[in-house]
Amino acid sequence: MAFKIHAITVRPRNRIRESRVDRIFMGALYIGLGLVLLGLLYPLIYVVSASISDPSAVMSGEVVLWPVGFNLTAYETIMNYKQIWVGFANSIYYTVFGTLVNVVMTILAGFALSRKNLVGRNFFMFLFAFTLLFNGGLVPTYLLVHDLGLIDTRMSLIIPQAISVFNLLITVTYFRTSLPEELMDAARLDGCDDIQYLMKVVLPLSAPIIAVLTLFYAVGNWNQYFSALIYISKPDLQPLQIILRSILIQNQVDLSTMMDVQSYAARVSMIVLLKNALIVVASVPGLILYPFVQKYFVKGIMIGAIKG
Amino acid sequence: MTIADVKSDIQQKDKPIGRFGSRTWSRIRRDWQLYLLLALPLAWLLLFQYYPMYGAQIAFRDYKPGMGIMESPWVGLKNFEQFFHSYLFSRVILNTLWLSFYSLAVGFPLPILFALAITQLTGGLYKRSIQMVSYAPNFISTVVMVGIILQFLDIRTGPINILLKALGLDTINFMGLADWFPSIYVWSGVWQFTGFGAIIYIAVLSTVDPTLHEAAVMDGANRLQRIWYVDLPALLPTAMTLLILNMGQILNVGFEKTFLLQNTLNQTASEVISTYVYKVSLAAGIASYSYGAAIGLFNSIIGFILLFLANQISKKLTGNSLW
Repeated sequence: MAFKIHAITVRPRNRIRESRVDRIFMGALYIGLGLVLLGLLYPLIYVVSASISDPSAVMSGEVVLWPVGFNLTAYETIMNYKQIWVGFANSIYYTVFGTLVNVVMTILAGFALSRKNLVGRNFFMFLFAFTLLFNGGLVPTYLLVHDLGLIDTRMSLIIPQAISVFNLLITVTYFRTSLPEELMDAARLDGCDDIQYLMKVVLPLSAPIIAVLTLFYAVGNWNQYFSALIYISKPDLQPLQIILRSILIQNQVDLSTMMDVQSYAARVSMIVLLKNALIVVASVPGLILYPFVQKYFVKGIMIGAIKG
Repeated sequence: MTIADVKSDIQQKDKPIGRFGSRTWSRIRRDWQLYLLLALPLAWLLLFQYYPMYGAQIAFRDYKPGMGIMESPWVGLKNFEQFFHSYLFSRVILNTLWLSFYSLAVGFPLPILFALAITQLTGGLYKRSIQMVSYAPNFISTVVMVGIILQFLDIRTGPINILLKALGLDTINFMGLADWFPSIYVWSGVWQFTGFGAIIYIAVLSTVDPTLHEAAVMDGANRLQRIWYVDLPALLPTAMTLLILNMGQILNVGFEKTFLLQNTLNQTASEVISTYVYKVSLAAGIASYSYGAAIGLFNSIIGFILLFLANQISKKLTGNSLW
């Protein structure tokens, strides 16, 4: 299953010269898509500019696209902002450990459910798929997590979300379409049982789906904030997203680490800078990784699209 | 295998339970390892997905934390009636429906248009950069996204208001006006998800037989006509499937973004079912769990019915359906 999104150029060059209508159409299209590109980039450029500009320039509305002046105080403040780094560390924990649990559980279920000889396969598939259509709701789920004693534990952000049924369906589809029956028959003849077959034959062939699952789950875990909102109240267990929310959205900024900010106006403008800098810092891990992993996301969507 | 397993194995061999039964049992016994692999995920499914469905019965009870589900007194439809008679009922439902339909009306066709536009380009750096940049916002977390929105629409420092001022217009307190809320919610979603949503359509378009296009060119079709008569019909099955799925989600307006964008000023437009459930149950000083569960259950049931209807309608009209 080698997908290459960039190579999707099925349209042959027209041997006939393009008509006038088509040339106008293509011209409009190039310009239109160029505007779309600018529109997509603009907010990102603005946020970076507003984070490194002179605070007073930001406050007086001079920063519209490119930075005005140069000032890294906001980034220094973030460096010394202990809560943000506690959040970062927690989010790394939740992402690494949570994703490990996610991938193992999904592969286990996906492998078993992809096997034609599993008696009751359709029934089990239905049990999983049905939860996409109907669920118990927020309150009963919360009460369950509460009754299990998971409130204010790290496990509350990992165990209740152990499997995403959508990702499981992608995995089942992948195994079904990429592992021929003959492979299993051959392994059987060589004396493999199901578990050996999974460990020695299937897993080495499953790098693409494992990559896709890891990425889907990792992004979900890193961005996740609702579970932490309802299950976690201890400050030292909070993931980054909760800290970001308190600063970016609830305006709870602790400026005690900033010595040189005295006047009220200076504080207000510093907070604007700080927020923009924080948006940049929070997005950096993703943006660095993004170009390398982009194709796996595309691949994941394609696998899912074969049979939704 | 434990000794008990082996014993039960032997017993089953001695006492076959009918022809079909014994064959099934022997297959299950042969594939016991598959069940072992499935055991943990299945246990998780039953505990974290199906037990809450069982727990949803507190919607019909007056749940008291000390008493547990079964011991709490049965009150029938009281919680549902309380919701239907609440002065917030119509507002919450209307807000939810409006946000959903608005999102769907804008957010559903745009990825299709974007995919059609992208596939007109013939490779190259331009096409690749547009694709790459358009996928990127999808990975921004909801919290950061809302942070960007707040910075962007800020009444003093936000570039939109700076622009309005430069044009000699009045500045607008976007986040403080309920009328603006739906548009902010929907169009920021367009910025974030259109590119990524187009991937699936781009994939489908790549499977269109090139000879169809060649034939259309021979027949004198221009690009717009080829998009209309060749590309669009190819997208229809995928588009219908996604539309049906979206219909089922129509009451599930994204809690996270709505909740984060919400403030006391825009509440009249931003209070939706999910944020209301959260407020009356988990976030409330005195949590009314049963009331919250009732609204949640109402939400799930209506969503299920909508999905079912959308599926039947699509089956009739276009022949595409989920089941």
